[in-house]
Amino acid sequence: MSNYAKTFSSSLGKKLIMSLTGLFLCIFLVVHLIGNLQLFKDDGGQAFNAYSYFMTHFPPIKIVSYILYISIIVHAVYALILTTGNRKARPVGYAYYKGEANSPWTSRNMGILGTIILIFLVVHMSNFWAQYHWGDLPHARYEVSLTNPQDVVVTPIPFDGSEIAHADYVDAQAGKQVLIAKDLYKIVTESFSQWWYVLLYVISMAALSFHLIHGFRSAFQTLGWDNSKYIPLIRFLGVWVFGVLIPLAFAAMPIYIFLFR
Amino acid sequence: MNLTLKVWRQKNTEDKGKLVTYPASDISPDMSFLEMLDVVNEGLIKKNEDPIHFDHDCREGICGMCSLHINGRPHGPKQGITTCQLHMRSFKDGETIVIEPWRAAAFPVIKDLATNREAFERIQQAGGFISVNTGGVPDANEIPIPKVIADEAFNSATCIQCGACVAACKNASAMLFVSAKVSQLALLPQGQPERYRRVQAMVAQMDAEGFGNCTNTGACEAECPKEISISNIARMNRDYLNAKLFKDEY
Repeated sequence: MSNYAKTFSSSLGKKLIMSLTGLFLCIFLVVHLIGNLQLFKDDGGQAFNAYSYFMTHFPPIKIVSYILYISIIVHAVYALILTTGNRKARPVGYAYYKGEANSPWTSRNMGILGTIILIFLVVHMSNFWAQYHWGDLPHARYEVSLTNPQDVVVTPIPFDGSEIAHADYVDAQAGKQVLIAKDLYKIVTESFSQWWYVLLYVISMAALSFHLIHGFRSAFQTLGWDNSKYIPLIRFLGVWVFGVLIPLAFAAMPIYIFLFR
Repeated sequence: MNLTLKVWRQKNTEDKGKLVTYPASDISPDMSFLEMLDVVNEGLIKKNEDPIHFDHDCREGICGMCSLHINGRPHGPKQGITTCQLHMRSFKDGETIVIEPWRAAAFPVIKDLATNREAFERIQQAGGFISVNTGGVPDANEIPIPKVIADEAFNSATCIQCGACVAACKNASAMLFVSAKVSQLALLPQGQPERYRRVQAMVAQMDAEGFGNCTNTGACEAECPKEISISNIARMNRDYLNAKLFKDEY
């Protein structure tokens, strides 16, 4: 075995892979959240649909998106490999095991929390991501007045089997900026008009919260980044930014659309 | 005090084993947990029954021999002590106490509550030492070491190899033990020449022994009788990854 193969098949090497993919997914969450803030705009989905087009067509982001898919798969597969190893390390369990006396609940349930998140990802991606790439999506035409950006005319173009090209141009004669884009916004708002769908998202974000409260800090411990100067900052980020703020902001999106759209 | 004990009885390594209930009557609250077991065993011997086998040696908290998973926790309900330092006043009269051996594939049960912890010895033999010929006594101040570093190395060196970290860990991981042994030498100048070879060898042996992987739950440091910190684990991770990815072999 080569040096790298040996390293990544060791227990610490496998944990390094968990740590790096996990932290990459954390960075992705920040980007995804900032982008999705477009959903809060009251513009008939213009900004959100333009953003969706950009994210699926800008080459550097496309490359990063493949790294992202690989990271999700690797994180889940290695979690399974590590958990199987852990089970083997204790073939006979305790009759009485008081885990709550010595460790936080989140740290003992990363697998369950991760599984909830994985199921959520499958639902989430098949509904939006797969639909956007291969589904029969309606389009929308946005005409924004160049003199008054508040003046937006939205024309829905329902799917009728015909190919509609994405367009984004300035019609100087009419004094309008025209955008014709796939209407993912419509799919999103329709999905979040169902209460059970909103509930699924809120529960999943709760799982994400608990997963990150332990996971973010744990990733740095695995990397060996431990120092009395910056550890308080990592703990703060892990609990309040990744554990509370980000899942809360994500959960706010379906709730907001359910209540106000 | 009168107690009910549920004790793991297992004839040998191959036997399946089961929990057996024993009464423990007229127990003094001033007895240590091991003395309580001695009293129960005397009763069993009088009745011509096989006494409960358990590990013990110094009975003053420094040898690391006593083990026992008591009411769901290694070394019982108190923190920072071994089982021999646990007293019966920590329990309520009439309480039921469940006593099990350390549970780990790498720590096979020898009999009842006694487990074979030689896996730790093999990890130590893989690299937990410094190779230097001893000579005359060097001058005490020949190698200056900052006090904080000396203290930290000493804290790591307080490990008594009892295995409570493995027993407490939900994954039966030996990371706290191995990292303490790596750290006590990695922190000091004398440990530097073999620092990166040592960490690789000891981690390789730890994996070969079949211990689980670390999930950073912190259960090990909470249950360690010597209260060794998991910052040792971070140090070991750092040294190991450093050695594997960035250092030339030497």
